[in-house]
Amino acid sequence: MTTQTVAGMWAAAVALVVCATVGEKVVSRQASTDKVTVIYWEKWTGSEAEEMRKVVTAFNHSQDKIFVKYLSISGVDTKTMLATAGGDPPDIAGIWQDQICQFADEGALTDLTDMGKAAGLDTSYYIPGFWDGITFRKRLWALPSTPASIALHVRTDLVPPDVNTPETFPKTIEGLDKLVDRISKKRKDGGLQLAGFLPSDPGWWNWAWSGLFGGKLMDGDKVTINSPEAIRAFEWIDTYGKKFGSKEVQSFQSGFGNFGSPQDPFMDGKVATEINGVWKANYMKVFKPGTPWFAVPIPYPADRPDLAGHTILSQDVLTIPRGAKHVKEAFEFLKYVQRQDVMEGLCTGHGKNSPLMKVSEKFFDNHPNKSIRLFDALARSPKAFSQPKVGIYPQMSSEITVAFQEVTTEQKTPKQALDDCQARVQKIWDTYKAQVAGADK
Amino acid sequence: MNKRDARVGILFALPWILGFMIFTIYPLLASLFFSFTNYSVLRPPAMVGAANYVDLAHDGVFWKSLSNTFLYAIGAVPLSAVIAIILAMLLNTKVKGMAVYRTIFFLPSLVPMVALATLFLWIFNGDYGLLNVAFKVVHITPPNWLGDPAWTKWTLILITMWGSGQAMIIYLAGLQDVPVSLYEAADLDGATFWSKTKNVTLPMISPVILFNVIMGMIGSFQVFAIPYVMFPDGAPARATYFYTMYLFDNAFKYQRMGYASAMGWVMFLITVILTLAAMKFSERHVHYEGG
Repeated sequence: MTTQTVAGMWAAAVALVVCATVGEKVVSRQASTDKVTVIYWEKWTGSEAEEMRKVVTAFNHSQDKIFVKYLSISGVDTKTMLATAGGDPPDIAGIWQDQICQFADEGALTDLTDMGKAAGLDTSYYIPGFWDGITFRKRLWALPSTPASIALHVRTDLVPPDVNTPETFPKTIEGLDKLVDRISKKRKDGGLQLAGFLPSDPGWWNWAWSGLFGGKLMDGDKVTINSPEAIRAFEWIDTYGKKFGSKEVQSFQSGFGNFGSPQDPFMDGKVATEINGVWKANYMKVFKPGTPWFAVPIPYPADRPDLAGHTILSQDVLTIPRGAKHVKEAFEFLKYVQRQDVMEGLCTGHGKNSPLMKVSEKFFDNHPNKSIRLFDALARSPKAFSQPKVGIYPQMSSEITVAFQEVTTEQKTPKQALDDCQARVQKIWDTYKAQVAGADK
Repeated sequence: MNKRDARVGILFALPWILGFMIFTIYPLLASLFFSFTNYSVLRPPAMVGAANYVDLAHDGVFWKSLSNTFLYAIGAVPLSAVIAIILAMLLNTKVKGMAVYRTIFFLPSLVPMVALATLFLWIFNGDYGLLNVAFKVVHITPPNWLGDPAWTKWTLILITMWGSGQAMIIYLAGLQDVPVSLYEAADLDGATFWSKTKNVTLPMISPVILFNVIMGMIGSFQVFAIPYVMFPDGAPARATYFYTMYLFDNAFKYQRMGYASAMGWVMFLITVILTLAAMKFSERHVHYEGG
């Protein structure tokens, strides 16, 4: 074979690659050549993805200048970060509220402050707790897609009649403990059969225990993971290991099914009460219809009545990554999602509460969660709190979870676990601050 | 070879050479550079000298993940080798339908990692897992394989045995290369099965054992997918938090790519040192035909 023939084969290969690349770009925009195509990456799959698809379709039909191309992407946060670094991010990325500070510190997000102001999307438009979650360093970085507040869910059929209504259910931690002692059951072999409550189920908000006992993870610029309130919370958590037996709890929990299945411990009747989000009702409707339940605010320590009605807030958010090609058009879609009717439709579909200050009666009437008014009221409470607004939140959360597990597996005392966690996170925070400051110079 | 042939040869090899340079050499050198920087991927890298390496030396989680990885490797590598050799020896016997048996024993190693992890979550479930139900039937109190920090690494080591099929095939090939005349001579001398295994089989397949042990060691240091799916965040309390998981978290969760690059290079050096040590150790114990 001659050199010319091999070179010819090479030329053909290069031409094919060029055609494939250009062709992909042409085809991907063919459906809407006269419109600006906005690429939107979202984390959701299944029914939640479908609800947002309906919103996207409605937006695409509502005007003739912008076409939103909606893609359901797994690992959306990591992929958005890498695509942003590579200079080819999507125009819109649906991430989580707890990532905003980290992404903003890295300069990965478009500042939406001015566009938000011009569109009338300001502090007065949103419930304060949710507005606080999308702002950082006095700038607006995201807009909500669907938010949530958290409450204690109770299985009506697994608690005694004297406490089986929201009105009669114990309001305090101490009252809850007494109830747990009354209703928890063990099998003949010593294993747990029914737990009245388990602090480690579902184990998604380990960072929040300090707050639920009145503490804070950050006090200004200082990490305060081992505050007296946090130690008290972890000591209380430790009592459950002692009450049921640490190994028995581990064994019992290993038999829990996935939360999105009929084997979910709350639906399956293995736990009588569980801290969970507003979305839980939707899951029960799908996986175990007819489960008798009600929701109450998370109990508070008896000597801290000021904490009554507290809750944890979280939200999924829409952001425009840095370097997005169609910022103005992307914001048009974000603005559309914030319309009261659109937002209420989306939140109803997702079984969540609305982040907006104004909520229609229709929203409450049509909502699939019968306790939606409670979740809405909790979200509006001044005692509602979110994750600390620091760029190291992912590390902080991981470290607190490790401390939590060290206590529940009896490897360390609550104080020891939290002191170790404090030392480590403080060091991470100091390093982070120096790095961000260095990068900003 | 004349110049024209050389040119044609290079042109044919060029796709591989380009791929190797772009996708292996460049990332390798880039990661070495990034390991001396503060780099989050989203901002330009800033030189910090050896700070990442110094920080690693003082990082408790780094040492925890490294010791977890070593403990896993110490358990998994020899056990996998023993199981694979035993299986290969069994599958090297003259039994009817051997091809079917060989296929059956090899098939498990083709199961995708995530599917495997999900399957073992059910088998090792502490409450109603297949294994513990079997233990209870014979009145043995079973451990909590997935929840007890003392047992989680053992669980992973046992799961690793599932993938012994790959090594088994290589051992089988090695066993089939052992000259039959050696066994015949041993038979004439009245050697027992154990004596033949010790004095003929194992020495003759020792180069294969060395290869498999080194590959197994490298693979063990890179264990990721199964613990990542079965034990999120290395739960409970980092008992199953392995080196690659911490590296991954630093790179993609905490956006500390410079730190993660330094971790990658430390692991590379550890692997090189252990491989060289294994090669040195093998000089006296590995027998090469004609060598």
